[in-house]
Amino acid sequence: MDLEKKSRRELLKAGAALAGGITMAAVGKAQAQHDGHAATPGSENASPMIHGSKEQIEYGQRSKYVTSVRVQHPIGGRPSPDVFGKVFHVASPLQDSVGVITPSSLHYIATTRGSFLPDVDPKLHTLTIHGEVDRPLTLTMDELKRFPSVTRLHFIECAGNRHNGKQRNVQDTHGMTSCSEWTGVLMSTLLKECGLKSSAKWFVAEGAEEVKGASSIPIAKGMDDCIIAYGQNGEALRPQQGFPVRIMVPGFEGIYHTKFLRRIKVTKEFYMNYNEFGHLRPEDKELALGDQIGPKSVITYPSGTQRLPGPGLYEISGLAWSGGGAVKTVEVSTDGGKTWHRAEFKNTPQRMAHVRFAYQWKWDGTETVIMSRTTDDIGQRQALREEIAEWWKVPFERDYRVPGLDNSVMPWKIAKDGMVTNGLA
Amino acid sequence: MASHKVVTISLLLGSLLASAAFAQSPTYGVGRTPTAEELRRMDISIGFAGEELPPGRGTVKEGAQLYMQKACVGCHGVGGIGGLAPILATKQGADVSVWKKERILPLRAPNATIVWDFINRGMPLGLEGTLKPDEVYSLTAYLLFLNKVIPEDQVLNKENLAKVKMPIGDAYGKPHEFKLNAPRLEGYPY
Repeated sequence: MDLEKKSRRELLKAGAALAGGITMAAVGKAQAQHDGHAATPGSENASPMIHGSKEQIEYGQRSKYVTSVRVQHPIGGRPSPDVFGKVFHVASPLQDSVGVITPSSLHYIATTRGSFLPDVDPKLHTLTIHGEVDRPLTLTMDELKRFPSVTRLHFIECAGNRHNGKQRNVQDTHGMTSCSEWTGVLMSTLLKECGLKSSAKWFVAEGAEEVKGASSIPIAKGMDDCIIAYGQNGEALRPQQGFPVRIMVPGFEGIYHTKFLRRIKVTKEFYMNYNEFGHLRPEDKELALGDQIGPKSVITYPSGTQRLPGPGLYEISGLAWSGGGAVKTVEVSTDGGKTWHRAEFKNTPQRMAHVRFAYQWKWDGTETVIMSRTTDDIGQRQALREEIAEWWKVPFERDYRVPGLDNSVMPWKIAKDGMVTNGLA
Repeated sequence: MASHKVVTISLLLGSLLASAAFAQSPTYGVGRTPTAEELRRMDISIGFAGEELPPGRGTVKEGAQLYMQKACVGCHGVGGIGGLAPILATKQGADVSVWKKERILPLRAPNATIVWDFINRGMPLGLEGTLKPDEVYSLTAYLLFLNKVIPEDQVLNKENLAKVKMPIGDAYGKPHEFKLNAPRLEGYPY
């Protein structure tokens, strides 16, 4: 016992000395570089040095050589900011994405009718839950954070994320979806704290932006997996994502994920807010395809406007997701849909989250079309537009509009010179 | 013996009731109870029955004046047509069905309360939430009149707003019952 203790102490000591030695060596090397002398032959610096600045130290910035940016989404045609200074729809640069987390700075943005971003002071902001509950509750942001939290990966996708033959790259076709790690309190925790009445069937989630955007959501969804989220990717939500608090409605269209959340009204019946007015459709069937996102995938490399330098081995890479659950399979076709191959996953698929898939492919330099399709764990599958038109028993035309959210297969055409273009064009 | 049983049963019942009550009491005890007055003020969601509407009244004539005074006309155009902001009056004739007409809030909304609600919470630009109830009733009346939903002499108030017959009637899709871990639409494979 004593011997064991002693040897452990010695080990710790030795470790400290070792760590100290490394630090000293690093200082020596840095000093040598600073003096303009190479520490050892052949170790000359190949690049200029970034001088430490207050900004670089306090909140890191990416390399100046990384220039990937968000752009105005083409659907809707409204610029962001517009003439009033409002933000409408802004798409994320999926063509440059790796992994599954969208950097908070590049997360897509959408607002209900085009709106300003409220500059919310978290000390003054409160969230109130009322309606069909035994005990209405008003929480400050500090109080909200005292409840047990969850941290989950979830995508959000805008209903405007539709692809057509006119778009050039994957940012235009699919850039209105993003995936983050969200932290917050399960809505069920808060509803139980308030004492949900048996009459509760729906709830209205309302934001604090100037139009007080509000959406109606089934209470069954609220009790299942909705999160009252204050964290995104390890830090506070960005204002563009609803600082200081938003609701996550996993798998539902983006508009339901009310930002700047200030009020939850639990109701006995369906309330039609302006958002639901926007969802109005003549038929129940089409309306039903408007809240939960279907199974969907897209190849992000190689994709529109990119170019393969020549025949050879390539890793085809893309994203898959479903609003109904976790992604089960992804298949890739490199011959225009004649044959399909199982893709590998780069991370473990999670419920209502992007998964990164890949397929190793040897391109022989001939013209071809590549595409992906996915299935989810509740038995839904992503289909070609032709198949969807057939199910609805309508003639398939080139500009066929998929009912509800467009989760159809996206083809990319690869020319002999390696240029990648929109396969729907 | 029999009385012993009764005591045991009542004790059991008592503890069951107590635990049920305990399960329904707050667990964390964090936050505060908003007052009834606070809730009344913040509850701007108007249901189909119009219960949450504040007292007040408005006319088409007053609405037309407010449309100019509050500068609605600047963004939405004269008579609700031709501005940068969304169109508020149809350019189509009475023979065209509501689904073939433009997506106009005071025309396509299944209930006039939705029009009232959005003007109240979201208008006018930069001064949202500053309209008084009478002004919201008046602007709602004016916009409904522009779309030939109500006659020019109709006065709108808390009692009759939810009863206005909207052109869409019942001809619109209703939300289905949401089921967990179920496809978006029963029988739809995609």
